Amino acid sequence: MSRMRTIARRTFLIGSAAIVGGVAFGTYQYRKPSPNPLIAGQGEAALNPFVFIDQQGVTLIAPRAEMGQGVRTTWAALIAEELDVELDAVTVLHGPPAKAYYNSALLGEVLPNKGYDISAFQHGLAEVIGVAGKFIDMQVTGGSSSMRDGFTRMREAGATARETLKQAAADRLGVDRETLSTKSGQVIAPDGQTIPYADLAEAAALIDPPTVTLRDPAKWRLLGRNQPRVDMAGKVTGTAQYGIDTRLDGMKFATLRINPKLGGDMASFDATQAEKMPGVEKVIDLGNGIAVVASNTWLAIQAAEAVEIVWQKAPYPPETDGIFARINDAFDDDPNSTMREEGDAETVPEGATMLQATYRVPFLAHATMEPMNATALYTGEALELWSGNQAPIFTQKTCAEAAGLEQEAVTLHTPYLGGGYGRRGELDFSVYATKVALAMQGVPVQVTWSREEDMRHDFYRPGALARFRGAVKDGKAVMLDGQIAAPSTSQQAMFRWLGLSPGGPDKSHVDGAFNQPYAIPNYRIRGYLADLDVPIGFWRSVAASFNGFFHDTFLDEMAIAAGRDPLEFRLELMREEHAASAGTLEAVREMSGWTGQTPDGVGRGVGYTYSFGTPVAQVIEVVQEPDGIRIAKAWIACDVGLALDPGTIEAQMIGGMIYGLSAACFGEISFADGEVEQFNFPDYDALRMHNTPVTEVRVLEASKYMGGVGEPGTPPAMPALGNALFDLTGKRARELPLSKSFDLLM
Amino acid sequence: MATTLTINGNRHQVDLPDDVPLLWVLRDELGLTGTKYGCGVAACGACTVHINGQAVRSCQVALSDVTGEVTTIEGIGTPDAMAAIQTAWNDHQVAQCGYCQSGQIMQAAALLAEIPAPSDDEIDEAMQGNLCRCGTYPRIRAAIHSAASLMKEA
Repeated sequence: MSRMRTIARRTFLIGSAAIVGGVAFGTYQYRKPSPNPLIAGQGEAALNPFVFIDQQGVTLIAPRAEMGQGVRTTWAALIAEELDVELDAVTVLHGPPAKAYYNSALLGEVLPNKGYDISAFQHGLAEVIGVAGKFIDMQVTGGSSSMRDGFTRMREAGATARETLKQAAADRLGVDRETLSTKSGQVIAPDGQTIPYADLAEAAALIDPPTVTLRDPAKWRLLGRNQPRVDMAGKVTGTAQYGIDTRLDGMKFATLRINPKLGGDMASFDATQAEKMPGVEKVIDLGNGIAVVASNTWLAIQAAEAVEIVWQKAPYPPETDGIFARINDAFDDDPNSTMREEGDAETVPEGATMLQATYRVPFLAHATMEPMNATALYTGEALELWSGNQAPIFTQKTCAEAAGLEQEAVTLHTPYLGGGYGRRGELDFSVYATKVALAMQGVPVQVTWSREEDMRHDFYRPGALARFRGAVKDGKAVMLDGQIAAPSTSQQAMFRWLGLSPGGPDKSHVDGAFNQPYAIPNYRIRGYLADLDVPIGFWRSVAASFNGFFHDTFLDEMAIAAGRDPLEFRLELMREEHAASAGTLEAVREMSGWTGQTPDGVGRGVGYTYSFGTPVAQVIEVVQEPDGIRIAKAWIACDVGLALDPGTIEAQMIGGMIYGLSAACFGEISFADGEVEQFNFPDYDALRMHNTPVTEVRVLEASKYMGGVGEPGTPPAMPALGNALFDLTGKRARELPLSKSFDLLM
Repeated sequence: MATTLTINGNRHQVDLPDDVPLLWVLRDELGLTGTKYGCGVAACGACTVHINGQAVRSCQVALSDVTGEVTTIEGIGTPDAMAAIQTAWNDHQVAQCGYCQSGQIMQAAALLAEIPAPSDDEIDEAMQGNLCRCGTYPRIRAAIHSAASLMKEA
């Protein structure tokens, strides 16, 4: 423990280094310098910069994937707040893969606490354990963790740069640094004279950075306010560059067809016909499929369809029923985890009314708007890769292995991501591009997946089953015993990233169920891991995406069984346990004018889930219309502890809810003959303009610690809608998608 | 066979099979990457462009069927000289991942050209073919109303 603290402290040192015509500020490691990604040939300067200042101006590094969540802007704002620069006057870049850009917040998640009950000691421990991230190359954008990760370090980087520039100005003017101030990228002398940072950059590089104190949040001018996003102008003019927009001299366009029986190999293929088609340059054997290189993507897709292929079988049961039977079998094994066990959840308390229910949710695709793609150029000695990815170091390492190169020989560019939701933390699309590039030495090739390939070769949100028992007495919950079965997402994903699967209890598997802040005296949550080789991965909010539905729907059922108003029932159980969570329910009660009564033809439901450090409550209103049931209105309240950019948080809460509602209404990936049965948006649709509810969001800041925002809006949407449909129709939604059992407006 | 196209006021010669969809001519042959590939089956609207002012899914228009002037997102405005509709999108901070927004803007621009002040129902009707997986619909709706006002003032 003490050793970990020492490493942590030393890791966080902030330093500076000279660059051509200027200075760079960043973190460096006291003992074991990480290879410097940005300054070549400076053996000793182990600096991993977040700030560059040269004659061209100020550049900030936000080494997290911008996939729509606004991280590039808010990360830059953390630096700019202390550095005193304006966001519209600086350049913000993603930067290369580098160990020093590890995610310190993500690994803290492994601690066996519930999150909402964390003590100050545990919070500190989580930060220190997070340092281990650098040892396993955890430069990952995910887990709604970016702001928790960068909050202190980035402000320190900005403050250190500012004070060093002030020292350079003080030396030049012959005054004390304390007499100087800074504004808009300039140092201001007592007499009003101003010196732009660029003019001080070279001198600043020769100064040892002073230690700094962070500003009082009361004095913040950027943080806590809506910032115009640095990527907005590009995204509304078609000039923002996504991975799929990479264009290089002499570039060829390719597509692929991989075995739709996922994980199976290719027995044989015949490309005679395809090779004769217009524009086709080459058909490449990928082992488990083929790639076609052509002069444009469409010609490649036509030719790929013309290749005759014999596929081998998938390593899982070929039909959906068999797959779910395998998941159900997991209940017969010993539980993998019992992350919550309070009182006696075996015995129904004397005089209590017992109820039980089973739930089922399907596999889901991510369906990012930008289909999977990557572009690669292999020269024989080096590989250059353009890939919109959420895990740069893992991508670099794995592609280096695929190319038989050292990791340093792989240059990785991370452009904008046209949606991520967890899908782009995977490495497959980058590795396939690498393999194609190896067969096309000296020629840059872009490998774009057709929508059908993308839909049918995802790492899916796993299908899951739940069995819940509970008991109510005198209007209160007195027992809740939940069992959840699904294959383990983290075991599969960690194996792909690290080549090893963590053993032991899988906390993330029961997230959204074991860690809900309800004071129920007899309370148990057990997780069961299904042995199943269907490819699964992190899907926005991960297991909370199914556990939120299971747990919160069951609470709604308990409230009805207890004869109570569902919102008041939850609130009463929650108040003593976690005040911030209760605050979110009180907020949606007020915002929606919740009375517990609805007129005929209108239904209302409440949903609540704590996930990724943030409690979120939602009320959803459904209305019976002639064409079907419309999701008319929604109210969302979240408590993020500290709202660094309220506008971005509102956008993430609404977007997260719509992502959850889309899945709840229509989302299902099913299997026949070992293949996914959905091909494209017509059979895997989502909410659209006309069936999206009018939504109001309130962002609260009563929580003790900052929470995430990218994922927590998704889980409560599904039970809130199901509970609203129950209120409207009297029919309980225990299985998703809801379009199978309710007449929803399409 | 060489075909001549007029795109954003510029003439381009391309030599490709007749059935290559306009989308891929724009993106892969002419480097106009603002128009996006999303589904290839006219189910998402990401590839929306204008032909003679009409919003069309460029993934469904074969090269030989392009009979009029094509306008893409690049022809609407630039970061330094945004069109009113782009200003409205920027004011409302609509985009998240942003990938669908070129198509959303092109669809909305065609709507506004036809109906200068559309109602919510008219917006629903016109925009429901454009998918956004980030869920930016509420801000898109607000931006369309703002754009209508901005264009009325202009």
